[in-house]
Amino acid sequence: MALKLYNYTLSGSCYKVRLLLDFLDLDYERIPVDFFPGKEHKTLDFLDINPLGQIPVLEDGPMRLRDAQAILAHLANSYDETGHWLPRAPALFGPVMMWLMFAGNEIMAASAARLHDVLGYELDIEAARANAHAAFRVLDDHLTERALIGKTWIVSDHPTIADIACFPYTALSGDGGIGHEEYPAMRNWMRAFRRLPGFNAVSGIPEFA
Amino acid sequence: MSVTDDPVALNQWIACAYVGQVTPGKSYDTAMLGQAIRISCALDGTCTCHEIGDDGGPGRQLPLSQRFEILFTTLGDTPRQLPDIPEFAEADRRVANCASVGLHASPFRIVENFLDMAHFCFVHKDILGSMEKTEVFTYKTEHRKDVDEIWATDCAFFQPAASTSAAEKGGGQVTYYKYRVMSPFSVMLYKTVYGNAERDDAICLFIQPKSETECIAYMPMAILDDQSTMTQIIDFQQTIFLQDRIILENQRPVLLPLTPSAEIPTKADVSSIAFRRWLKGMGMRFGILQEQAA
Repeated sequence: MALKLYNYTLSGSCYKVRLLLDFLDLDYERIPVDFFPGKEHKTLDFLDINPLGQIPVLEDGPMRLRDAQAILAHLANSYDETGHWLPRAPALFGPVMMWLMFAGNEIMAASAARLHDVLGYELDIEAARANAHAAFRVLDDHLTERALIGKTWIVSDHPTIADIACFPYTALSGDGGIGHEEYPAMRNWMRAFRRLPGFNAVSGIPEFA
Repeated sequence: MSVTDDPVALNQWIACAYVGQVTPGKSYDTAMLGQAIRISCALDGTCTCHEIGDDGGPGRQLPLSQRFEILFTTLGDTPRQLPDIPEFAEADRRVANCASVGLHASPFRIVENFLDMAHFCFVHKDILGSMEKTEVFTYKTEHRKDVDEIWATDCAFFQPAASTSAAEKGGGQVTYYKYRVMSPFSVMLYKTVYGNAERDDAICLFIQPKSETECIAYMPMAILDDQSTMTQIIDFQQTIFLQDRIILENQRPVLLPLTPSAEIPTKADVSSIAFRRWLKGMGMRFGILQEQAA
């Protein structure tokens, strides 16, 4: 199989990639990584695959990519004939990139809170939750503005890789003690996202919210 | 929070770390029943456990016992004995230390969720249950007085992908379960091995109540599976447990009520009813909802 994903089921970052692979209906091989408790991503063998010691990693033929956002961009660029997931129009491309980076940076505070609460990682949980709330405020405000002009998705009239990148750690934030009560526009957006054809949930996604 | 004064809760052996969790030469701070504790492991791997005093220094030394890939300790002077689970010593079994998962829930709600079969189809859809076959068949519950344990037997449920090996082979099957509540904070089940009706996988859940509403759950297993990798086995178990976790964290009231009329059970809940009656009989107060007078 041409596509290989180094994967840990409960990782929200790996989930981003699996979502797009499913939406594009692409066959791929999953190579399970014992992220917890084995910390396999920090072993010498895995550092050979990704010197940053992070998952996911995607292999596409001879190409090896790290970083969920980069992988999303590559898959959409290479395999989405509609061009919807990664729009090239100048009015859309920049905003998609902007929200993609937001998913890889600010929203990751919600991932940190989840690692603390679920897997016992030692980190400043109050700071993680505060930073996640600050990021969610920005996303919820943006989605409110979008809703006021009748739009569902973060950038385009279609869902893009920006929606995919923002979804996992937003939807999984309850695992880290961060509720969705204050973010009604985000809740509507998550509900629409869950209805996309090919959507698969992962443990911890609230399915009935 | 301060340490509980409930002697029933204090006199239990409680899981406090999984084997391999504390790096040799390092220590790990955690809590049980409201008491802060520190587990320190020497370079040769031997570990000790102390209470942490209010000044942050080491307090009373606590005993440590290692079983089922888990370290246990107790705050009590006359703790209830750790259970005997002979499956962990059987040579052909694979013992999976599935590490631990933290969750904000009552320890007893976690036990009850483990005992419950009715949620399989909804919470573990397409894995442990199917929306087409949601019925929980009648099963038996008993209080085994010789060992003072609660057992549920003759449990049967249709499962699309009951385990890692079943999921890989893509075969649904009727899985037979036996449940065993071994202490207020520990429960296990025996379930049909995929493709071998003669023997059962042994899957445990040991709960460390840090406080009445904050727990760490440990999930060691002694299973018969020569196909799956350990990474796959652990992945499966963690996936299931995190599906439960979101449900458990949203249960209200958080603490467990023992008044029979507080929550309305169905026939599928007879194991929970037996569990609650048992907790009431032993006089458990820790983690129990104190009923308000009307």
